[in-house]
Amino acid sequence: MNAWLLLLPAAVLLIAFTHFPILATIRHSFFITRRTGAEVFVGLDSYHSMAADPIFWRALVNNFWFALGTIPTSIALALLMAMWVNRNMRGRGFLRLAFFMPTVLPMIAVANIWLFFYTPDYGLLDQLRGLFGLAGWNWLGDPGTVMGCLIVMVVWKEAGFFMIFYLAALQQLSPDLEEAAAVEGAGRWYTFRRITFPLLMPTTLFVAINAVINSFKLVDHLVIMTKGGPNNASTLLLYYIYEVAFVFQDSAYAATLTVVLLVLLSGVALVKFGYLDRRIHYQ
Amino acid sequence: MIAFRRMTLGAAALAVLLLGLRPAAAVDLTMYYPVAVGGPVTKIIDDMVSRFGKEHADIKVTAVYAGNYTDTMTKAMTAMKGGQPPQLSVLLSTDVFTLMDEKAIVPMDDLVADKTWFKQFYPAFMANGQIDGKTWSIPFQRSTIVLYWNKDAFKEAGLDPEKAPASWDEMVAMSKKLVKKDASGNTVRWGVEIPTTGYAYWMLQALAIENGQKLMNDAGNEVYLTAPKTVAALDYWVDLSRKHNVMPMGSIDWATLRTDFLEGKTAMMWHTTGNLTAVKDAAKFNFGVAMLPARERRGSPTGGGSFYIFKSASPEQQKAAVKFIEWMTAPERAAEWSMKTGYVAVSPAAYKTPTMEAYAKGFPAATVARDQLEHAVPELSVHENGRIYKFVGDAVQAAITGTQTPQEALAAAQQQADRVLRTYK
Repeated sequence: MNAWLLLLPAAVLLIAFTHFPILATIRHSFFITRRTGAEVFVGLDSYHSMAADPIFWRALVNNFWFALGTIPTSIALALLMAMWVNRNMRGRGFLRLAFFMPTVLPMIAVANIWLFFYTPDYGLLDQLRGLFGLAGWNWLGDPGTVMGCLIVMVVWKEAGFFMIFYLAALQQLSPDLEEAAAVEGAGRWYTFRRITFPLLMPTTLFVAINAVINSFKLVDHLVIMTKGGPNNASTLLLYYIYEVAFVFQDSAYAATLTVVLLVLLSGVALVKFGYLDRRIHYQ
Repeated sequence: MIAFRRMTLGAAALAVLLLGLRPAAAVDLTMYYPVAVGGPVTKIIDDMVSRFGKEHADIKVTAVYAGNYTDTMTKAMTAMKGGQPPQLSVLLSTDVFTLMDEKAIVPMDDLVADKTWFKQFYPAFMANGQIDGKTWSIPFQRSTIVLYWNKDAFKEAGLDPEKAPASWDEMVAMSKKLVKKDASGNTVRWGVEIPTTGYAYWMLQALAIENGQKLMNDAGNEVYLTAPKTVAALDYWVDLSRKHNVMPMGSIDWATLRTDFLEGKTAMMWHTTGNLTAVKDAAKFNFGVAMLPARERRGSPTGGGSFYIFKSASPEQQKAAVKFIEWMTAPERAAEWSMKTGYVAVSPAAYKTPTMEAYAKGFPAATVARDQLEHAVPELSVHENGRIYKFVGDAVQAAITGTQTPQEALAAAQQQADRVLRTYK
């Protein structure tokens, strides 16, 4: 009984602000609101039109590439940076700060900074190209490069954040293991592969889950940099949901799209709790 | 108990204090407004609003800058659904169908004492707001698209610096002369730039009009994107970069285009006249402003924002809103607004005010957009405007970036638009 009472505050908040909205959204996706304000049950109609909506598929595919581009790179980079600044060396504090800096900045500010980098002709990137006699390139205006540009920016922003977690984990590792490995004559790469990295797995999992969620959650930069263009080449699912819900004022269809996002993210959570957790060694 | 009494006393005192700060029975109005051009536009609006407040102690207007046109519309609609809409707002003149469909606004007819007021404005600006015999909006920051040209660049290229291109072919021919390359063959100055983000539908409509093609019907439930002349218009636009190499490849940003022009990266640009004063203040070279070049005819869509009054406002607020709008659009203010931004003053009377006459004499570019009104047609305005603009914008970007041919891109947009507009027939 007491246990339940202790859980109550959290449970009330969770139900009111998480579970109820989720259920309401799922319900809403089966209805449409007529101009008169009346709700009409339409069953799976919204799902059918979603399946026929090319912009939805575009956003989904974009999101896939965005996730694939950002997750492994930012994790690898974070680990690399953490290993580097985990040593005793001069300027360590400064380096750590420098790596962490992008994380502190708000996404909107980051987007504005990078917008200047990518501006054709007089942006930083094109000025650098100009030094080598190369012509300006319309980075964000070309469907072939826009996604890559956004990925680079997000990796830059995320890696520092993940580095902090790796750094904390590295400092927890017992130096005995490394010494033992050295005594046995193991090389540095072998030590990393067989000892350090496996011991870091819980952190890697945590960071990976965060990276996956962020790849669906981060859309602020799109508002500033591309508005999802050119021709939807940089639209992500959440940004499209925003457009449909608030620019087109179509809450029913937005609910349908939200259900897709919910399913995707619950899938991630299920994999984490149901499968990965059991295969990872926690100390 | 004593604590409670103290609290009530305190609250009462606070209430008296708050009430005392305001004149009795002042009407509060909240207005959202968008900014889509350069220059200190928010300052100009704030200044006008505070002057209105000094003259009208019984009305208190709070002007809220809400982003570009789309952002402002989004904000107003979201606020309305949340139960706290503004009482009046400057929104795209073309959002009228959407606002009517959402039952958000009231017609002005019953709020004004004298309907001859509507006749003071340029009919071209009233056109978008008059539907089913009712007047739903009053024009404010209205514009047409004009061609800005860099006279110094023209001179350097051996062209007559006082003569802007009058036809499509001429614009291509002149642009080819204006393109400048550096030693390694990279283009340092383009001939012309037409923006493809933000308001791509607007630019496409200008080209279509010049090619002799309307983009929508009066009922606002049909668009003509696959008409051969619309496709030809987009073909011309795409050819500027892909065939004639006088416009940069890829999309051209609405917001940074003014900087491109001011930096001399392009010798000509198509942009709203609302940017005129910002360009004038920052240009380090001689420039001119001309009507858009013609194909079958001259032409530009009108553009920009109008005042709307929201239905949820109380009758007193609606009356006060009309008073505010009357003040903001009075000839002297319209003239002042036009001089400070470059937007077209909304009534002929504004151009007859002595200050405006003197200004136009010294700076003839100030009246080009107004003179173009005789060739202007109402801006693309249909039901579900936001969606249709996106479809058209996507099609333009697909064609400009070479992802699809103009024909394919517009066919896809037409198909999507038909699906959305089907329910309004």
